[in-house]
Order: sequence, then C-alpha cells, then structure tokens
Amino acid sequence: MLEITNLVKRYGHDEAVLKGLDLKVEGNSVVSIVGASGAGKSTMLRCINRLVEPTSGSIKLNGNELVNLKGAELRRARRKIGMVFQGFNLLDRLTVMENVLAGRLGYVNLYQAISRRYPQDDIERAFVLMERVGIAHYANKRADELSGGERQRVGVVRALMQEPEVLLADEPTASLDPRTSEQIMILLQSLASELSLPVLINIHNVAQAKTYTERIVGLRHGKMIFDGLPADFNKDALDAIYGGIEAPDDAITEPPVEERSHDFV
Amino acid sequence: MTSSDAPSTAPRTWRKPPFIANPLLRYGLIIVAAVYLVWAFGSLPFNWARISEGLPRAARIFSGGFPPNLERYELLLTGFKESFQIAILATLLGVFLSIPFAVMAARNIAPMPIYIIGRAVIIVSRSFHPVIVAILFVAAVGFGPLAGILTLTLYSIGFVGKLLAEEIEEIDWGQVEAMKAAGAGYVAILFYAVFPQILPRQVGLSMYQLDSNLRASAVVGIVGAGGIGGTLMNAFGRYDYDFAFAILLIIIAVILLSEGVSGWVRKKIW
Amino acid sequence: MVDHAQQLADRIWQRYDRKQRLIRYAVLLATLMVVVWAVRDIDIFWPWVWDAPNQISGLGARMWPPSAEGLNGIIAALIETVHIATLATFLTIFLALPVAYIAAQNTTPNRACLWLGRFILVSSRSVNTIIWALLFVAIFGPGVLAGILAIVFRSIGFIGKLMGEAIEEIDRRPVEAMEATGASKAKVIAYAIVPQVMPAFFAIVILRWDINIRESTVLGLVGAGGIGVILQGAIDTFAWPTVATIMIAIIVLVLIGEAVTSLLRSKVL
Repeated sequence: MLEITNLVKRYGHDEAVLKGLDLKVEGNSVVSIVGASGAGKSTMLRCINRLVEPTSGSIKLNGNELVNLKGAELRRARRKIGMVFQGFNLLDRLTVMENVLAGRLGYVNLYQAISRRYPQDDIERAFVLMERVGIAHYANKRADELSGGERQRVGVVRALMQEPEVLLADEPTASLDPRTSEQIMILLQSLASELSLPVLINIHNVAQAKTYTERIVGLRHGKMIFDGLPADFNKDALDAIYGGIEAPDDAITEPPVEERSHDFV
Repeated sequence: MTSSDAPSTAPRTWRKPPFIANPLLRYGLIIVAAVYLVWAFGSLPFNWARISEGLPRAARIFSGGFPPNLERYELLLTGFKESFQIAILATLLGVFLSIPFAVMAARNIAPMPIYIIGRAVIIVSRSFHPVIVAILFVAAVGFGPLAGILTLTLYSIGFVGKLLAEEIEEIDWGQVEAMKAAGAGYVAILFYAVFPQILPRQVGLSMYQLDSNLRASAVVGIVGAGGIGGTLMNAFGRYDYDFAFAILLIIIAVILLSEGVSGWVRKKIW
Repeated sequence: MVDHAQQLADRIWQRYDRKQRLIRYAVLLATLMVVVWAVRDIDIFWPWVWDAPNQISGLGARMWPPSAEGLNGIIAALIETVHIATLATFLTIFLALPVAYIAAQNTTPNRACLWLGRFILVSSRSVNTIIWALLFVAIFGPGVLAGILAIVFRSIGFIGKLMGEAIEEIDRRPVEAMEATGASKAKVIAYAIVPQVMPAFFAIVILRWDINIRESTVLGLVGAGGIGVILQGAIDTFAWPTVATIMIAIIVLVLIGEAVTSLLRSKVL
C-alpha cells in the first residue's frame, strides 16, 4: 500500500509545484494521474522514489516512511519501487538483456554488475518476463535497434525485474504511436493483476486513462481536484483539470495530440 | 512472480556477448597487447641507477624553485617581447602564404601535378614538430628570432593551409560556374568566386593560429630559435631553478590569457 | 549577377554601421601598428634575412643525397619512439580518467574536487611536452623514462579535458533510470556513464596516440629518448646526409601513424 500525506514540493523560492497532496493506493489497483503539463504529475511520481526531494510531507510504502531515507537505506527502498519512463531511459549501447538485468542492480554486488555475471535466478526471471511481453528473442540485440514499443517493453521488464511493490509509470505512452501505446497500457493493466502490483500511471491521454485504469486522479496546479472512477470522470471534471489550458472538446473520445506547456503566472 | 514460476525446462543461461565475437581474434589481440607491453618495457633502455637518484633531485629542484624569483624580470620581458614578435610576424606570413598553398592543395581547383606539390608541402610541414624544423633553421640561418619566424611560418602554412584547402574543396560550386559562364579567367574566378567564400574563416583561423604560434614560440626557443624558450632553457642550464619556475608560471599565465582572448575574438567574429 | 552582387553589397554595408566601421578600421590600424613595431623592433640582423634563402638551399644541398648509413640505428630509434608514445598513452589512460571524472560537473564528488581536477588539467595542458621533458630530464636524467613521463604529463590534460567534456555531455536519462533501480553510485557509473562515453574514449585515445608519435620525435632534442637523440647527434656532427635520412624516416613514421589511426578508427568506431 502506498500512502502519500500532505506532500509539498517547492523548487527554490518559486511557487510550490505540489501543494499538499494526499493519495492512497491499495492492492493491485491501476491508478492514472491526469493533468496538464506543469500540473505536478511528474514531480509527484519522482518524489515517491526520491529522484526529486520532497519539501515536506510523508510517503509510506507498505508502512515504511520513504521521505527521510538516506544512502544505502534509500537504495534499498528504491529497489521496491519500479519506474517506467516516457523516454524509456534505456542504456542504448547495451544489449536488451543487460538493460533488463540492470533492474537487479540494487540486489547484486559490484563485481556481478560489472562482469554481468548475474545469479541464475535473475537470468531465468529475465527470460520469463521478456517472454511474457514478447521480447525474449531480442536478448542479445542492442537496445537502440528496437522499435519504440519494444523499447518501452524493455523498460517495463527492467522495472519488474526489481520485484517491485509498486510500479510508477511516467507518461509511458507519450513517445509512442496510438496503437503501440494502447498495447503498452493493456500490458501494464494485465501485469498489475498478474503480479498483484499497484501501478501509478501519469498520462495525459484521458481516453486511455478511462479505458485502461480503474481510478483517475486529476491534478491542477499541484492540487488534487478529482479522484474517482473513470465512469465518473465527465466533461465537468475534464474542464476543471484542463479548462483554459488546452481544448478539451474531443479529449474524451480522442487522445490529445500534443501537450502544451503551461506556465504558472 | 518469483523464480518458482519458471517453466520446468533446463535453466537457461546468458552471458554477455563478447566485444569481439571471434574468440581466436579476441584472445589473439589480448596476447599481442600483453606481449607488446612486455617487449616495449623490456627493450627500452632505462638507466635505473640514475633514475633512483630522481626523488632527491626532484626535491632539490623544487626547493630551489620556490619561491619563484622575478629579480631578473628584464630578461623575462625581453624574452616575452621576442616571442610575441615571432608569433605575430609568423602568423601574418603564414596566414598569407597558406592561401596559395591551399589553392594548390585543393583538388577541385588545382590541376593534378600542382595538387601533388601543394599536398606534399602541407603534409611535410605538418609531419614535423616545430622544434625539429626550428633546429634545422637554426643550423641554416643561425641562432635568433629569424629561425623562429621561419619555423612558425612553415608550421602555420601546414595547419592553416590544410584547413583552408578543405574549405576550398567544399565551396559552393555554383558561384564558380557563374563566373565561368561569364567568361572569367582562372585568376578572376579565384578572386571573385573562391576567396570571398573562404576569407571570413581565414580571419578566425588567424586568431587561432596566433594563439597556437604563441604557444609554439615558447618552445622553439629551447633549440635556439629566439623568444622566451631560450631564456627558460638558459635558466634551466644554469640550475637557476627559481628563475626558471618564475618563467614557467608566467608562460602558463600568458598562454591561458591568450587562449581566452583568442576564443573571445573568434566568438565575436563568427 | 551584378544586380545581385550590388544588393548583397548594400546589405553588407547596412550591417556595418558607422560605429562598427570605425571599430574595423581601428582594429586594422592597430594590427598594422603592431606589425610595424614588431618588424622594426625585433632583434634580427637584416642582411642575414636576405641571405637566408641561400643558406637554406645550401643546407638542403649538403643534405642531398640522404645517406643510408646508420639506417639500422635509425630504425631502432624509430621503434623506441613508437614505444615511448604507446607506453605513455597507455599509462595516461589510468591517470587521466580519474581526473576527468572529478573534473566533470555532473560526476564530481564536490566543488573542491572539481577545482582540483580543473587545476590538474590546466597545468598539464599549459606546459608543452618539451618543457615537461626538460623538467623530467633534470630530475631523472636523460633517457626514455623522462620522455615517457613528459608525454604522460602533457597527455593527461588532453585526454582528461576531452573525456570530462564527454562525461558532461552524456544523456542524463539512463542515469536517472539506474538511480531509480536502487543502484549504488559505482554501478550507475558502470552502467549509465561508461557505455555512453566509450566511443568518445576510443576516439580521444587514438587521436592522442597519433599526436604523441609526433611529440615523441622531439623529446630526444632535450635528451629524453627516441629518434630526436640521434637527430641531435647527427646535427652536432654536421652529418647532413644522415639528418636527411632521419627526416625522411620521421615523415614515414608520422604517415604510418596516421594510417594506423585511421584504420583503428574505422575498425573500432
């Protein structure tokens, strides 16, 4: 269970990006977080695994407080939080298998990491997961030879290799074409139930959010202004989240093509 | 999902594919490299007895060198002045002379025999370290800044000429054809269609070359071609380490300054 | 054509307004004055200048034809030169990489290390190889060790600076991904940084090896080993035909070095 209480993030002396967020995610639910660019989605996700330092508040994963961890303790906590990125963030010049095994870096020792001599269990797990998402035959290909959808699968498998207790996905489909992004969303959805893993997905495609997730959280200017079932996410909610920022007319039926940047004034 | 989910087939293994796929080549290269290192270290004549005296000597040199002594700053000023003069004159001569050689060495506008001569001049002047050229010019025209100027002029011709020749090979050919269509002769084409395209770069290059000649002028003096290098060599030769270190520090300061100025000017021009 | 040129000229004249034109003339005038001062002030005995072409062609005539005598010694010295360049480049790698690591903004442990790294790089680059050689000959005596150390100390700055820049230019995203897996700093370096800078590393080392071959041909002039030693010897004894042979040998060596580097580049990169 992931429990966020009164999370605040402020860069320097600017206006806070996150203004006291509360969020509780339990079991194997798939939660999508929607909002315009600059609403704080990405910052919130990165506060959870502390790639961004929260200014104040509390984040608990299965009862463990994450906000005050340091050094080795922080690294141990991060092992349990898988993350999937918008730009895939793969190691382009390494093979797919090395990328996948990199998910075990928090577990193996330095010698094993550098010599790529991973434990047999890890390699077996890597093959099983790669077969599950259909990329096992690419094991020895370089990561930059794959297509976008395949690269994101590598990213997902890398995150799952961590044996995570929660999976964070930061705009996992924003760099993909519509068909591939649907596939990735289906994959995340089914993996969540197979592995009984809570998944948080930042997404700006409201249509996909409604189709593939069971709960939608809407952010605007660092505050949560919607939290409910996809069925309840109507035109009013959409206006409240995106109103005045981008044309929301067809966003319910069609994916918005481009996200526009938004400045705080 | 844990490893118990694994299918019951035999455990699959994976090893990183080696950098070089052919094992014979891979181990061959490693062995060749190792043998080379042993051979090279083994065959070089190290005078261990003399080397073992090194540390006390280093201590003596450094303690003799600190604090650096600027008492004979007049000698230092004369040396630097001469280095500047050598660098300026050599840059000017080199940048101008590099133009005809660059034209000769550009494949698209020079006939074959001329091209070979032009390339040969550039290759030869780039192959030799300026210090080697300097020692020959010292032998030919005697000690002093003249040898330094000649050396650095040749050095500049090699460097600027090569870049310029490449630049000429990449010019917009349309302008040349337009001039040809207008019935212009070879020289007219050079002046109206080729030079205007390459000259803006020449200004930036000469700033770069001035900086690089200033560095080089500090070392050609070591073999007697004038400038601060000679002053430094003399100070070293007389075991005058505190003066030598003072010169060295000032050389470093001047080089850093000149690098900064040259970079600033080039940014302004381009 | 003429009209177009005229238009172009008009546009250019608009670009340089009165003030800019004045600045251009001032710069030109200042340059001219500096050159005039340099010509008048420099310590040159002008009759020698007019005589220089004679002297140079005279020296050229004395060098011709190159003598094949002592060719074995020359080849042995060439091999020694290559050894110096290669061993020095090899040793430099181990010293330059840590310096590059601490001198790169994004990997340096703290500001003190950053400045220490930059100080090492700047001092290494600002002192010419032959001056380093002078220093090491004074310390360790004449010989190849002084030469190797001179090349190493000059190359640290070169390789370290370029590698530091390569580290600063890496893609940050894989680093973030590795941190997110809970990897330690060393593992992040091994996975997210090393593979990204590998191509730059090979290119830089190959380039420096090529430069080092050239540089090690002059070490001998201050007694630090290599072909320069016998070149100096031949010049001191006025054995001009031998000097010519050595010069040709150096050109051949440099050209071979260039051929090898371009071969390595095409194979490795």
